[in-house]
Amino acid sequence: MAIDAPQAISTAASAAWRQAHLLDVDDLTPPEFETVFRTADAMQEILSREIKRVPTLRGKTLATLFYEPSTRTRVSFELAAKALGADVVNLTASSSSVTKGESLIDTVRTLQALGVDAVAIRHPQAGAPYVAARHLHCAVINAGDGWHAHPTQALLDLYTVRQHRGGIRGLKVVIVGDILHSRVARSDLWGFSALGAHVVLCAPPTLLPRRFGEHEAWGLPPAEVEPRLERAIEDADVVMALRVQTERQHTAYVGNLRDYIRLYQISTARLRLARPNVLLMHPGPTNEGVELTAEVAQGAQSVIQEQAANGVAVRMALLYLLLAGEAAP
Amino acid sequence: MLQEKVLLTDDDIRRILTRLAHEIIERNRGAEDMVFVGIVTRGVPLAQRLAALVSDLEGAVVPVGSLDIGLYRDDLGRRLPVGRQAPALHPTKMPASIVGKRVILVDDVLYTGRSIRAALDALVDLGRPQSIQLVVLVDRGHRELPIRADYVGKNVPTARNEEVQVRLTEVDGRDEVSLLSPVATPAE
Repeated sequence: MAIDAPQAISTAASAAWRQAHLLDVDDLTPPEFETVFRTADAMQEILSREIKRVPTLRGKTLATLFYEPSTRTRVSFELAAKALGADVVNLTASSSSVTKGESLIDTVRTLQALGVDAVAIRHPQAGAPYVAARHLHCAVINAGDGWHAHPTQALLDLYTVRQHRGGIRGLKVVIVGDILHSRVARSDLWGFSALGAHVVLCAPPTLLPRRFGEHEAWGLPPAEVEPRLERAIEDADVVMALRVQTERQHTAYVGNLRDYIRLYQISTARLRLARPNVLLMHPGPTNEGVELTAEVAQGAQSVIQEQAANGVAVRMALLYLLLAGEAAP
Repeated sequence: MLQEKVLLTDDDIRRILTRLAHEIIERNRGAEDMVFVGIVTRGVPLAQRLAALVSDLEGAVVPVGSLDIGLYRDDLGRRLPVGRQAPALHPTKMPASIVGKRVILVDDVLYTGRSIRAALDALVDLGRPQSIQLVVLVDRGHRELPIRADYVGKNVPTARNEEVQVRLTEVDGRDEVSLLSPVATPAE
């Protein structure tokens, strides 16, 4: 049969995209978000092929520079670069000269001198990728910096919701859990707000930055704060559970884990208070039995596995947009 | 200043497509195992129209796919004629596997041949067709690669500084092909 009618064929020859780096989603305009999503749609088609590889970025090199452990983000970047025909070098803090005291600037300068075209950086210090971008001509992608931002995660979250709901505008998005220490929460708040969703933050007061949600606080967009989960989750279109970051040893903030579970765990009964077609999301890795039950994590409303899968397509889109245009002068 | 000269009207385009549909059927002795593949953007509506004509004439439904060649261009990461940004992408959509099929590749204008080179690479990545034949509405010359079309709507001699503008109803609201030529401004 014929393919669907050519409804609204876009004739724009070039993509709406003006960024040389991707540091956070607060730099992006709504048309740029849309460009990422449309480009990711084209990448999905490649990932559905038997041979998931195109020659687009042949001869380009991506370095992943991770000062913190990661599985899905780093692997996702590597798969994305390889599917576009680029080469990848992986550096971790423990296996590089960082252990000899080499500074971030020295490391990225060396990478640039060695001919790397893009660097994906994860760093425990907020702002580290911004510092790197100031010293580099090549593209810098923030793969998570401290508690500050995780833009590629926010983009894949938005992309996943858009796939299911057709858009973001007007949706009620509830982010539940350790918002204080979550770079995902901050980038998601930016992204969902910028595209017209109503964001509700739900956490015990110890896990919320003070004055968070107020318009002028932290330079972040306004959000509703509702500490009671049952109230927050009512009529929600999206429920985003955040990880209780036990490895960051902030047990003092969480207090008694049993209390946290009693008040904030996403369970089948609580999810029933949301809209029937609610999407349950989680940036991963999940602690099943803590921030959400195993039942909901594997349940029909969970799109957690889709988030991970979409991560590759979204990162391919970003690499394409950053590297396939003319190099910045 | 650009001077615009109409090369093909909507009636001309309709007659050309009818002729091309007959040529395609004649050369392939029918429409068996045939798949039309349009190159995004304006090759897609042309492929759909040709497939509809061939389907009517042969009484069989001929499938249509759309191919985005953005990921196969040979100028990515170099100076792009459209500016600093990467070309906008559209998902490639194939109705079925092209393995063993006679692919009729459709584009609006054949110029340097580089788009067709990219399209051939993109098609081969999707499978091994029995054959690939090329249809273009306009051939304006100036090839930079050893590529030719099997079916040509109209040959138009052009200068390199001229531009062939194809408008199609599905994309632009009307059917028309025109030649844009720069007008020498009189010296003061």
